[in-house]
Amino acid sequence: MGSDSLKISVHFGGGAEILFDNLKQHDLELPLDNGTWNLKRLIAWIRDNKMKSKQELFVKDDSVRPGILVLVNDTDWDLLGQTEYELCDGDQVHFISTLHGG
Amino acid sequence: MPVSCTTNCGRKAILRRPKTGTSLCKECFFDAFETEVHHTITSGKLFYPRQLVAIGASGGKDSTVLAYVMKFLNDKYDYKLNLMLLSIDEGITGYRDDSLNTVKENKNDYQLPLKILSYQNLYGWTMDRVVEEVGKKNNCTFCGVFRRQALERGAVMMGASCIATGHNADDIAETVLMNIMRGDVARLGRCCAAITSSDGALPRVKPLKFCYEKEIVMYAYFRKLKYFSTECVYAPNAYRGHARNFLKELERIRPSVIMDIIHSGENLVFQTGIKTPQQGTCSSCGHVSSQELCQACTLLLSLNEGKAKQGVSKKSHKIRST
Repeated sequence: MGSDSLKISVHFGGGAEILFDNLKQHDLELPLDNGTWNLKRLIAWIRDNKMKSKQELFVKDDSVRPGILVLVNDTDWDLLGQTEYELCDGDQVHFISTLHGG
Repeated sequence: MPVSCTTNCGRKAILRRPKTGTSLCKECFFDAFETEVHHTITSGKLFYPRQLVAIGASGGKDSTVLAYVMKFLNDKYDYKLNLMLLSIDEGITGYRDDSLNTVKENKNDYQLPLKILSYQNLYGWTMDRVVEEVGKKNNCTFCGVFRRQALERGAVMMGASCIATGHNADDIAETVLMNIMRGDVARLGRCCAAITSSDGALPRVKPLKFCYEKEIVMYAYFRKLKYFSTECVYAPNAYRGHARNFLKELERIRPSVIMDIIHSGENLVFQTGIKTPQQGTCSSCGHVSSQELCQACTLLLSLNEGKAKQGVSKKSHKIRST
C-alpha cells in the first residue's frame, strides 16, 4: 500500500530529552520525496525542525555529538551502518545521551 | 542484513562492543559484561568474604549498574559480601534532590540498606552556598574533597570496611588525561589503581574500572534499570569537560583508545629524584593528608573565614630533591 509519508518514532533518553522540551517520545511522519531517508538526514531534520537552541549539544557535523548513543529497533547503529542506515516505516529510533554524571 | 552474534550462538547481535569490536546479542552481552566485572574483582582481589561493602550510590547510571551487578555477582559467585548503599547529598538544588529519589527506588528494587549523608550536616555548607561564596571555577574541587571524606565517614558509620564506586573506564581515562594536562605527578601515580588505599583510610574499589561508559548505558538500557540522568548544574564549567570532549572525539576514531590510555597510565614510570608528597594525618580531624591540615579542613577553614579563594591554590606537587 502506498503512502506519502514515512512513519517512525524517535525516543530521547539519558538526559537528551531535556533538549526537546522534556518530551521523550516523538512520533514523526517524514515526507517521502526523491531523497533517501537515512539517519544522517533524520538527524539534520531533527536539528532543523525540533530544536530552537543548543543544537550543538545534539548534532556535530553530519552526525550526533560524540557521547550520544543511537539504537534502531533496539539495535546499535554501529551494526547498521551508522548514519547511512536507511529508515523503514515503523522504525523506533532511540537517542541516549551518556553525557552526565554516574 | 542483521549481524549475527560473534559467539555463534545463533542469535541476532544488538550491539558492537567498542572495547573488543565484537558484535553480541543481548544475552551474550550481559554475560560478557558481568564476567568481565567478576574478573576485575577476582584478579584484583577487591573484596574478601563476609566483608561489609558500602556502594557509593548517586542514582546515576554508573552506580545503579554497579549496585545491580554487585548484587548479581555476589549471588551468582557467592562472594559472601554484605552490601549497602551510601548516598551523599551535596545540597545542589534541582540536581541531587531528584537523584536521591532514584537511589531510594534502587534500595527497594535491590533490597539493600541505604544511608544518606548531607554536606549540610557534615560541614555546615551546601554546594549551592559554596558556589555563592567561591564562584563557579573552583567549586568542583570543594565538592570532590568533601564527597570523598563524606563517603569515608558514612562508610565508617555503617560499619563498612571498604567503599565501592562506579568509576568507569572513560572516567579513569579522563583522569589520566587531566593529570597529564595539569602535570599532577602525585595523582598520576595513583589514579589507575582498582583499589586505592592508604593508612587510616578505608580502601576504595572500582569494580567497573574496565567498563566502557557506552556499555554501562547499554547494559542499563537492556536490563531496564532505572537511573537518573542529568548533568550537575555546575558541571559545564568543570575542567574535566575538556578532557571528556577530547576523549569522546578520540573514541569515535579509535574505540580502543580508552583502554590504551588506562594501560599507559598504569605503566607510567617516574624519574628517580622526584619527591612526591608523603602521606600523614591531618592535625585537625585526623584524616589522611599530605599536608598538616587535610584538604577538607583547609577548604572549610577558608570558607568559614570568608577567604575561600585561598584554599585552592596549587602547591608544587613535584619537587626535585636536589
